[in-house]
Formats: sequence, structure tokens, C-alpha cells
Amino acid sequence: MYSIFSSKALLLLTVAALSLQVTGARGQFSDPAAGSLSATTIPPARLLQPGDLNRFLMEANSNGPLILQVGSHVMFAQAHIPRAVYAGPGSQPGGLKLLERLVASTPKNGEIVIYCGCCPWNRCPNMGPAYKKLLDLGFKNVKALYLANNFGDDWVARGYEVEKGE
Amino acid sequence: MSVVRFLQIILCAGLLCSVGLRGQPQPKLVGRAAPEFVRSDLNGHEIDLKRYHGKVVILNFWATWCAPCQVELPEFEKWQERYGADGLEIIAISMDDGDSAVRMTVQRLHIDYPVLMGDAYLGEAYGGVLGLPVTFLIDREGKIVDKIKGETDLRQVESRVRSVLAK
Repeated sequence: MYSIFSSKALLLLTVAALSLQVTGARGQFSDPAAGSLSATTIPPARLLQPGDLNRFLMEANSNGPLILQVGSHVMFAQAHIPRAVYAGPGSQPGGLKLLERLVASTPKNGEIVIYCGCCPWNRCPNMGPAYKKLLDLGFKNVKALYLANNFGDDWVARGYEVEKGE
Repeated sequence: MSVVRFLQIILCAGLLCSVGLRGQPQPKLVGRAAPEFVRSDLNGHEIDLKRYHGKVVILNFWATWCAPCQVELPEFEKWQERYGADGLEIIAISMDDGDSAVRMTVQRLHIDYPVLMGDAYLGEAYGGVLGLPVTFLIDREGKIVDKIKGETDLRQVESRVRSVLAK
């Protein structure tokens, strides 16, 4: 009896565990940011304020940091930071592969700035995974542009320079 | 015109062309006619904004990766059912880069109102959609009466929608 109970319990537990996996996956799908790393996991010391980056870009010569937009391509095409390259979306495996390809020939101590601006910082599904990916690839000098609300409000509306198109 | 003056003009024109675009505050669309568009929705039906004159339209820009958007979509579906007879029409414009995730999300959330795929052109027409969600409330004359950005108290938005419907 004990062995039958154990087998049944094990079966029930297995079914329950599988159900939870499915539910969890569905829940993950329904809340895109839930299963991905939050932007808030990026250490504050690695954050760059928009004003600082804009000042740097205005003063820098052609040897500035590699600037990567890791969010939406539709938004990138509307407006992006001058010299930025599209490298997203960070929340998708395909986007992370693109990111990896784009930085393949960048020195590991090279300066990289990533940004997104799709939505409020604590809701962004792209920055956290992109930042982690770059760290996992061995990059030592990665900074994240802190856009508290979105790219429109925190960059464009402030009158900072943009480029448009692909 | 002297040669010097001509060269001055050419130099100025050249300098102006070489300067990157300064970001501008997004143009104020509230109070103006909603930019028109004609697009097919996910089901292949033509959606012509002009044909919505006489209706109150909620034009919602969203994306599958936008968490606050996922909260809004089913609420808007309820509003469509609740206020459709009063003349409310909801049109959703996805700013995703492809439609496969959009179709899955629309099916999962049981969204029946038209969902279109947006792009940079449409985003720019609406003042630059550079953060989500963004929702425009358009009155029966086709004028934008409100622009709602980011996460918001949907009860307040619903109250606003009711007041526009009542006019």
C-alpha cells in the first residue's frame, strides 16, 4: 500500500509539476518582462545619464563608444542616437544573437553603451538581458543609458541629436 | 548675385545639410485632426481611419514586449463591448517588428477589435511613437482630444472616454 501510495503521489507530483511549468510559461508569455532580466539588475555604477552621453557625443571625435540600441527596430527607425547601431531586441534570442554578432570584433575592453527606451526603465525587457549577454561575452566596459521613461521623453524631447532611418 | 555671395549660400546649405537632426519635442497633436491612414488589419480587412468619422476612436499603439500594454488590451476589449453601441471603436497598432507574436497575443487575449501592424512611418505621423504604450483619443469629428502616454489609471481614461462619447 505504501509503495502504491508513493507511486501515485509521485505521479500526481509529476503532473502537478508539469502543470506548473505550463502555467509558468504561459504567465511568462503573458508578461514579457517577467521571465527576462529586469533593467534594474544593471548596477547603478554602470548607468549613464542622457545628458552626459549627449555632452560626450557633442565633444567626442570619431573614436567614441560603440552605441547599441537593443530594443525595438521600429522605434530605432523613427529616431536613434547618432552613430547607434541596431542590436536587438535584447528580450529575444534572435536579438541577443544579433548583439553577439555585432560585437564579435570589438575589443573586450572597448567602450560599449547600450540603450533601449521602449518603456519605463523598470519595465524594459531588453536592457537586462543585453547587458548580461555582453558581460557573459567578456566585455569589461559596458554602460547602460538610463532612460527613466522612454526614448521620446528622455532624449528626443530634450532636444538631443537624433538620426532617423535604418 | 556675386560669385562670393553664391559661394556663401552654397557653404551655408552644405553646413546645414551635414548637421545631424536636433531632436525636437514631439509635435502637439492634441487639438488637431488625427493623421489619416489606410491599413489592413491582421485579418486582411481594410481599416481607413476616415471611415470612423462619427465614432469615438481609441487608437492604441502597443507591442507584445510591452508589459503595461498587456494590461490595457483586455480592458480595451471590455470597453469595446461596453460602449460599442454608443459609438466607441478601438484600433490597436502593434509596433512589433513582426506579426507572429502579435497574432499569438491577440488570440490569447481574445482581442476582437482591429489590430494593425505599425511601422516607423505611422509612428512618425503620430508625432513619433518613441515609448509605449501611447493611446490617442479621437472624437467624432476626427480630432485628437487626448494623448495618453505610459502606464496610467485606466479608470480615469475610461471616464474621459465616456465624457467624449456623451458629446
